[in-house]
Amino acid sequence: MKSLVIIEHKNGVLHRMSREAISGAQKIGGDITALVIGENAESVSNELSNFEIEKTFIVNHELVPSYNVDGYKEIIEQVVDSISPNIIITGHTYQARDFMPRVSAALDIPFIPDIVELENSIYIKQVLNSKLNASISSSSDRVLISFQSASYSEEDIIKGSSRSESFDVDLDSSSIKSKSDDPFQESASEVDLESAELIVSVGRGIEKEENKSIAFDLAKVIGAEVSASRPVVDAGWLPSSRQVGSSGSTISPKLYLSLGVSGAIQHVVGMKGSKNILAINKDPDAPIFEIADYAVVGDLLEIVPKLITALQDS
Amino acid sequence: MKIAVLVKQVVGSESSLDISPDNKWIDESNATFVMNPPDSYAIEEAMNIKEKIGEGEVVIVSMGADSVQKVIREALSKGADRGIHIQTEGAAYIDPLNTAKNIVSALDEENFDLILSGLQSDDTGMGQTGVLVGELLNMSTATLAIETDIDSEKIRVKRELESGWFQWVTLESPASISIQSGINQPRYPSLKGIMGAKKKEIKVVPLSLHETKQQVEKISIPQKSKETEIINTDIDSSVKRIVEILKSEVKVF
Repeated sequence: MKSLVIIEHKNGVLHRMSREAISGAQKIGGDITALVIGENAESVSNELSNFEIEKTFIVNHELVPSYNVDGYKEIIEQVVDSISPNIIITGHTYQARDFMPRVSAALDIPFIPDIVELENSIYIKQVLNSKLNASISSSSDRVLISFQSASYSEEDIIKGSSRSESFDVDLDSSSIKSKSDDPFQESASEVDLESAELIVSVGRGIEKEENKSIAFDLAKVIGAEVSASRPVVDAGWLPSSRQVGSSGSTISPKLYLSLGVSGAIQHVVGMKGSKNILAINKDPDAPIFEIADYAVVGDLLEIVPKLITALQDS
Repeated sequence: MKIAVLVKQVVGSESSLDISPDNKWIDESNATFVMNPPDSYAIEEAMNIKEKIGEGEVVIVSMGADSVQKVIREALSKGADRGIHIQTEGAAYIDPLNTAKNIVSALDEENFDLILSGLQSDDTGMGQTGVLVGELLNMSTATLAIETDIDSEKIRVKRELESGWFQWVTLESPASISIQSGINQPRYPSLKGIMGAKKKEIKVVPLSLHETKQQVEKISIPQKSKETEIINTDIDSSVKRIVEILKSEVKVF
């Protein structure tokens, strides 16, 4: 078994889901090659050299200094031609969703995305709003897959030492059909959710913008950061830098305490790796309770103020 | 500008989900169907682009059993110009590459300037068909567009990245773009639109079979992996238990 893991990084900082992808590739076993593309690839390859993999390929081409879908497709095609991997792996990030289908169509091999489990070449994927699982097989001798966040743990990565080498690609500027401006944020980042130990998360169930103060009050008492689900951010109640989920941050804090978060799959993928999940919701059938360690059924607007007082008193 | 919108009919979020006797999908005879919600944003964006440019055509492309003509009509009643229905027998699972190749055959000689699609379907969630079609037709591609700036001169989209980051991308024409949900407010059909839709053309194209490279072997109910303590008592007891959990079990202090 040979696998190729496509690494995602921002200015040389490795995406956590790329670590999870390495961890998953190690579970699958066999020879693992990691591929890092772009400027700043060196610092990423330094971190990868501490993992038990065969090697890291570095592609630093002037036409693809940072992420570009056309450039990635061309580069991955050439690496695949060179090493003939059985399986090509990424984390299921927004970037992977952008380039993996291009590679799939270009090489005529299936892309099975957002996998939560893999056993004996059967790929398990959630379907129908994550209410059911589909077990998918592939009859192709090569397959592209992406892992849902927290399907494999970065803490399980087997350490070791590996080499890195530069991989030469042949790119023509005519193959680059899209040009990307620099990424930007619309509001300055207020928080670093990914390194917070404790998180209080706000969902649509807080009902009104002014009620967000009780989340901040609770967070202050226990020393937590405040995050939000997408509807709260779309309503403009909290900035997008506080959003957790597939379009926001992916977190795995010691405590994730949610207030009125229903638990849509787009949110759950960003927090299901949390060590302890305590959810407060008045709907006993809220999907968040399926993954909670503690499911508190009740009105958060009544419970939380009393909880704050009780915590202050104790 | 000639714009195609890829639209799928999916099982509704409130539908019953009984697993079919062969365990390979759900029993669709008990299910209710809707237009895939993310696709309504792609239709609205296509209409907005056509209206902004002041000329052009919006064509709805959908693959599936005869029932998908309902979602094509729904889009036509919102103002799309015509439909293309790639007809399948029953509701067998067709993998994304196969779907994309069928769409490519159906779009042959249409020469669309733009193909828009929703970011993913609510049933299988493969999230790739629009990009596959784009690559197969040698178009430029972009995904998760949260704003578009498109006219006869240029194609620019603002892509949503993760964690509150965005990026403008300029694409060569023709382009296939997937639309992030929430980009606009999808319109409702007007009465006039509903009446007008009945006269609009839906071209039916037969399915062409290609090699199937991925298959659903089994559908199952997810196993719950952890024990959940349910706290559903009076408020004071709930608060007391939460304090105990935070202090003694999670040890937040």
